[in-house]
Amino acid sequence: MRQNLTGTAALTRLALRRDRIVLPVWTAIFVLLAIGSAQASVKVFPDEASRIKAAEAINNSPALIAMYGRVYDVTSLGEVSMIKLKGLYALFLAVLAFFTLIRHTRANEEAGRLELIGSAVVGRYAALTAGLIVTCATGITIGTLTALGLTAVGLPFAGSVAFGAGWAAVACTGAAIAAVAAQVTENARTANGIAATTLGVFYVLRAVGDTSGPGWLSWLSPLGWVLHLRPYAGNRWWVLLVFLVFIVAAIAASYALVARRDHGAGLVRPRPGPPDAAGWLRSPLALAWRLQRGSLLAWTVGFLLIGAVMGNIAADIGSILDNENAREMITKMGGVSGLTDAFFAAELGILAVVASAYGVQSALRLRSEETSQRAEPVLATAVSRPSFAMSHLSLAFLGSALLVVAGGVGAGLAHGAQTGDMGRAFSRVVGASLVQIPAVWILVGIVATLFGLLPRWSPLAWVFLVAFLLIGEFGSLFELRQEVMDISPYAHVPRLPGGEMTAAPLIWLAAIAVALTVAGLAGFRRRDIG
Amino acid sequence: MTTAISVSGLHKSFGRTHALDGLDLSVTTGEVHGFLGPNGSGKSTTIRVLLGLLRADSGDVSLLGGDPWRDAVDLHRRLAYVPGDVNLWANLSGGEVIDLLGRLRGGRGDGAFEKKKASLLERFDLDPTKKGRTYSKGNRQKVALVAALASDVELLVLDEPTSGLDPLMEEVFRQCIEEERERDRTVLLSSHILSEVEALCDRVSIIRLGKVVESGTLAEMRHLTRTSVHAELDTVPDGLAALDGVHELDVQGNRVHFEVDTAKLGDTLKVLTASGIHSLTSQPPTLEELFLRHYQDEIGAANGKHAAEVTV
Repeated sequence: MRQNLTGTAALTRLALRRDRIVLPVWTAIFVLLAIGSAQASVKVFPDEASRIKAAEAINNSPALIAMYGRVYDVTSLGEVSMIKLKGLYALFLAVLAFFTLIRHTRANEEAGRLELIGSAVVGRYAALTAGLIVTCATGITIGTLTALGLTAVGLPFAGSVAFGAGWAAVACTGAAIAAVAAQVTENARTANGIAATTLGVFYVLRAVGDTSGPGWLSWLSPLGWVLHLRPYAGNRWWVLLVFLVFIVAAIAASYALVARRDHGAGLVRPRPGPPDAAGWLRSPLALAWRLQRGSLLAWTVGFLLIGAVMGNIAADIGSILDNENAREMITKMGGVSGLTDAFFAAELGILAVVASAYGVQSALRLRSEETSQRAEPVLATAVSRPSFAMSHLSLAFLGSALLVVAGGVGAGLAHGAQTGDMGRAFSRVVGASLVQIPAVWILVGIVATLFGLLPRWSPLAWVFLVAFLLIGEFGSLFELRQEVMDISPYAHVPRLPGGEMTAAPLIWLAAIAVALTVAGLAGFRRRDIG
Repeated sequence: MTTAISVSGLHKSFGRTHALDGLDLSVTTGEVHGFLGPNGSGKSTTIRVLLGLLRADSGDVSLLGGDPWRDAVDLHRRLAYVPGDVNLWANLSGGEVIDLLGRLRGGRGDGAFEKKKASLLERFDLDPTKKGRTYSKGNRQKVALVAALASDVELLVLDEPTSGLDPLMEEVFRQCIEEERERDRTVLLSSHILSEVEALCDRVSIIRLGKVVESGTLAEMRHLTRTSVHAELDTVPDGLAALDGVHELDVQGNRVHFEVDTAKLGDTLKVLTASGIHSLTSQPPTLEELFLRHYQDEIGAANGKHAAEVTV
């Protein structure tokens, strides 16, 4: 065993070197999100009565329980203020963990980098161990800093520690799940998909167990355990042992799998493909579609489902926020009168940010095609530079728009089914989703510009996305000046449904997205490939 | 006789690295042209400029009568390229990639491509149903080779196409190139495998530090270099060492060994014949010797450095 771990320290340092910017940034985002959210809630729920009212509204709404979980102690300030972050953001943290782990294990192996390392004095388990160390250490750091931060803004110490421990445990669970997924398939993208689906199933198990289904279902899910830990509501520390057993078992399984498989291979052999290409596979756009269609389909289904959950919750929104301060807060977020409308406007805005993330990822495929030298043989055929660049960009533009609309359709259908007025609900919500599209396209345009003019800096598009998101989330909370708030394209989207529809900002946003794309294409025509 | 590729005074820098430093290259239509040089000498950079993937800093480049940067799309219909590092899409099968590249080249789709693809797959013993990720380096290279050879094009640009192939497949590759030559296709074959170039190429350009240092047919190159002569004579003629073009004369009894400038070989042989020849072997320089001649100082420097390290 000792020998099999040789080189772990060196690989851990290598992973930290590669992620020396990404991981600290994510750590800061999660910690600040928790602290900011707690601080804002202290203002919104000043007394016990307001907390009880909000908490009971959540507990009376199956849709909200499904999304966030139940409030166990309706009088607890910590519980009510951290309810979103406890369940839903724990899921996001798990996603960060599995991406990080797979990046340092299977993705390395697939790219052949690990083979280079593996032939040096490095043990069989070293890469997996280094990935687990880096990922779990990040999770534990986030948990610790969050616990300290929450205590600092006035939440009880023990509850804050339980909350932070829950987050750390969920991050390590995400890493452990990914450790197994990384052994199953040869392809890092597929491994990410397996880990994401597993987490999705855990999320649904918990949601069903907490609402309509038998309660023990949520005990089958790590995302249920993090709620059963009950921070700020009794702090059941022994639940951490359940996490520990699961994490140790999953990691042990992943080590057993590593020992049994060949380097580069997975447990699942890839199926053979067709000996000839389909007739339509004859253009760069068709190739981009062939490469991205699976992921676009999965995202679309996800958006439809999330939209449906949103549409379900919307009907209960009036009762949950029946309190002066809270209403003021949602008005701040949505900027319109009707609470349901404000809820839709806010949630569609969040969906637009997630759809932008899809757009960025999809457009960045251009850069990864270039750096992996797959663009070169294509550009050496009768394919022009603009038509190559527009292949993945078109998918990013159309795909992100499709997602926004899918979210609107899901929400509109669910809302229509609840209100009984399908025509009106559907057209209003879908219409409101359409106005998000130009802002989403700005992000794709930013990728295009970076790719054409500063190709090495293409991943910087993520920084723009996170910056815009944070400006939107915390801007009014931190009372940023309007000029700063206006940097974010999302700030210019009309607050629909309910608000006033103005076409001018939409036209401006679309025009800027086009200009960014044209600038990128012009740059790409002039620059070297590689 | 027309020129397929003509490059003069080509410069290309990446930051502070001067990758191409006034490179000249001329490839005649219908010939198989060897492009020889070690790693990092600028072969791939030259090829990327020829394909319009990189923009030349200065110099004149003409490919199939056009400007590879400006007329890239039209020119690319008439050529096929095999990169040195072939990376395939993980979830596309080899057959899909071959078809896709053929179509992107703008093939006519008259069934000729499919026929040629099928025969090449068989000759290269390549399974087209495997996914990109599961191919070995050699097999990925075969995918790119089949896609290029199956296309009906005027020019093949091959960047170290056999570096991952086994000897059996290398032989298949040589046959394929011979067939291309018979069809009057032009081939630019970049390589550092000397035997391959020697066997296949009509003309050779040797590149060093971003410059072509020697270019011509092997015969021409040999003419400019020395031939090694071993002879057994009745008597060793006086003044052999003083003859124009004779170098490194080594006399042992009646046997002589020397190097002679190939251009002076005839004159030298007359002198030897007059002295009565018992046996004679003359050996033209191999391509390896021609090649190494241009890299002698570098090898010397590397060895010298090594020696210096050892003594320190």
